[in-house]
Amino acid sequence: MVDADVRLGLSGSDLAIRNKTFHSALTMTPGTLDGISHRFLSVVNEHGLQESVVDFQNCNGIPSFTVTPDVIEAFLRIAKENSSYDLLSDCFGVDRLAFSTAHRFEVVYSLYSIQHSDRIIVRVALALDQPCPTAAGIYPATVWPEREIYDMFGVEFTGHPDLRRILMPDDWVGHPLRKDFPLGGEEVEFSHNVREQESK
Amino acid sequence: MQNSDLMSERSTTFPAGIEVERQHDPDTGADTMTINMGPSHPSTHGVLRLVLELDGENVVRCTPHIGYLHTGIEKTMENLSYYKALVLTDREDYLSNLCNNLAYSLAVEQLVDVVIPEKSQVLRVLLNELERIASHMLWLGTHALDIGAMSVFFYTWQDRDLILEIKEHMSGVRTKTSWICPGGLRGDMPSGWYERVESFLNQFPKRMEMYEGLLSNNPIWLERTRGVGVLTPQDALDAGLTGPSLRASGVAWDLRKSNPYSGYEQYEFDIAVGQYGDVLDRYRVRMEELRQSYEICRQAMKRALAMPGAPVRTNDRKIAPPPKAELDTSMEALIHHFKLFTEGYHPPVGEALGVVEGPRGEKAYYVISDGSNRPYRVRIKGPSFYNLQALPKMCEGRLVADVVAMIGSIDIVLGDIDR
Amino acid sequence: MGLETDQPFLTVSMNKVVNWARKNSLWPATFGLACCAIEMMASTDSRYDLARFGSEAFRASPRQADLMIVSGRVCKKMAPVLRQVYDQMPDPKWVIAMGDCASNGGVFNNYAVVQGVDQIVPVDIYVPGCPPSPDALIHAIMQLQEKIDQERFSQRY
Repeated sequence: MVDADVRLGLSGSDLAIRNKTFHSALTMTPGTLDGISHRFLSVVNEHGLQESVVDFQNCNGIPSFTVTPDVIEAFLRIAKENSSYDLLSDCFGVDRLAFSTAHRFEVVYSLYSIQHSDRIIVRVALALDQPCPTAAGIYPATVWPEREIYDMFGVEFTGHPDLRRILMPDDWVGHPLRKDFPLGGEEVEFSHNVREQESK
Repeated sequence: MQNSDLMSERSTTFPAGIEVERQHDPDTGADTMTINMGPSHPSTHGVLRLVLELDGENVVRCTPHIGYLHTGIEKTMENLSYYKALVLTDREDYLSNLCNNLAYSLAVEQLVDVVIPEKSQVLRVLLNELERIASHMLWLGTHALDIGAMSVFFYTWQDRDLILEIKEHMSGVRTKTSWICPGGLRGDMPSGWYERVESFLNQFPKRMEMYEGLLSNNPIWLERTRGVGVLTPQDALDAGLTGPSLRASGVAWDLRKSNPYSGYEQYEFDIAVGQYGDVLDRYRVRMEELRQSYEICRQAMKRALAMPGAPVRTNDRKIAPPPKAELDTSMEALIHHFKLFTEGYHPPVGEALGVVEGPRGEKAYYVISDGSNRPYRVRIKGPSFYNLQALPKMCEGRLVADVVAMIGSIDIVLGDIDR
Repeated sequence: MGLETDQPFLTVSMNKVVNWARKNSLWPATFGLACCAIEMMASTDSRYDLARFGSEAFRASPRQADLMIVSGRVCKKMAPVLRQVYDQMPDPKWVIAMGDCASNGGVFNNYAVVQGVDQIVPVDIYVPGCPPSPDALIHAIMQLQEKIDQERFSQRY
């Protein structure tokens, strides 16, 4: 491998070429919940937050913790500061109308640790019209995604610095990604409905 | 009728061309001016709208407004069967179609739990790296065009068109092939395809030298990019930056190395990491990535050529259609074919994340299945969405002329941001 | 007749000469929306070279353009902007709806996308394809040139 800086002929060499070996898979450390162990769980136990984990799922290899809204900030803070989940990979909403009416919405935080090369999912279950505390103070990258969730699902984030619509026009009525919002569009003209379509 | 309704309904969101507004700060005596850039502006890489608050030539505050290309792709995918939803992934980030196909396919394959043949893994890697080269070629051409080097555009588009012709040879369309699908690939490569890729790869290193010659030591280019739009590693992580833009800030993270998919662990390649995190570093990281992609393409070509006639699709007829020839003789094949394209398959209830290193960063598809033949929820993580969040930070205090260079350097695609 | 002069001259109908000028210098507005915009850019590059047909001068300001190529899906948030850009273009002006999404909504039959740009602006040429290849766009421009050739120039002013 030719050194990039030599090839570019630039002084002030600043481009490093690395073939770094990363940790290959989930780093498992003691700390269990329902018989499953994960390094983040021991941190959760240390901080006495295991009681607030309402549900634990294995999403095809990614551990997923469902917590109550009141502890989400504390939960994300220990994930970032004590467990090195330093990158917010994604933050999005889910409308769980078909699964549960009590917990209508979910706000999902997908966190990634560059040091350990692993990923966890932290999710908050919310009822309709129940506000969620913002995570913008811990992960500043959530500012836009939370605006998107507000726009698409109508979930209010308390303490959010700039909560307004982001994708839809400001005067839009409704929240498009809710399951009870129709897909919209126009009916396609086929031979069986061509007459009624033309008369419209 | 509908026309006028639409106009009156949306009239309040009308950005009135260039709106100029002056604010006077009585304490400092400073005058700032707010100007509107976009959403129809040639240098915003699509329909991005920026509201810039200027103090003379300096940017005091930059507020991006997005959503002018919001297409409702997530909602539309929820209303299509798993197989049909694939075509929308092409149209979401329209410069990395095959990477999107792969991310979605990886997620669906986890849900239905299917193992795909070795050759399709190799070809997926090859196609993804070709796509990365094509995407970076477009970025290089338009980025240079924005900064004022017009001729680079004409050269890079030649290379990009060669890759589009490779895709056309394989599938019949230039860009949106949907060639990577859950269960493998749509089909094997036609005759003459490998020769075409080979001839592209043979001329590519020379072209790279030419691009470096045009830009890397060009004093105007260096002047416009060096020290502009600096992002520290912490700034970059805070904004959720991924991909080459994050690596340029000095964070050595590449999903192909850290969490290999499709057999990337079997390829020898390096990742380039910058140090200063400025526009120049982002340029150099991407240039080095082009070289590394070329190396991966060479290795993948060697592997693929060693497997002539090997299957490229899973044998699971519930997931992938049977070969066309079987339809004439086998009743079962006909039923499978019909079932797949009308109803599709029903993955068990569950959630899966398919994630790849796209040309712009971490591209993730989060698919939730409720046991029906349609995805219950598809979340598309567009890396550009997060990359754009870093723009206000970069712009603060910089000259308005540099804003265009910064937009180009994070390589945003509006289709990826607005979805 | 007052034509007695030693300079050579040509008699031609006003219609022909105006249309000839109009059709051979169609200046499109730089109005890229989505995927089709990439193919629109490809049509100007060195391989397809739209300059052969007098349309390579993409103008950043709608004031200098007389052809709008609507390249890609038009979303409801973008629709008023598109209309304003169109209104800012001086007459005579033409519109090409490039691609399925601009023509009729394409695969995006949903809440966010305008089902055909002809709901907002009058369209002269529709180009099918998702996205249309650069050849298809060049063909559309040539079709538009033919259309302009057959127009009465006084219809557009």
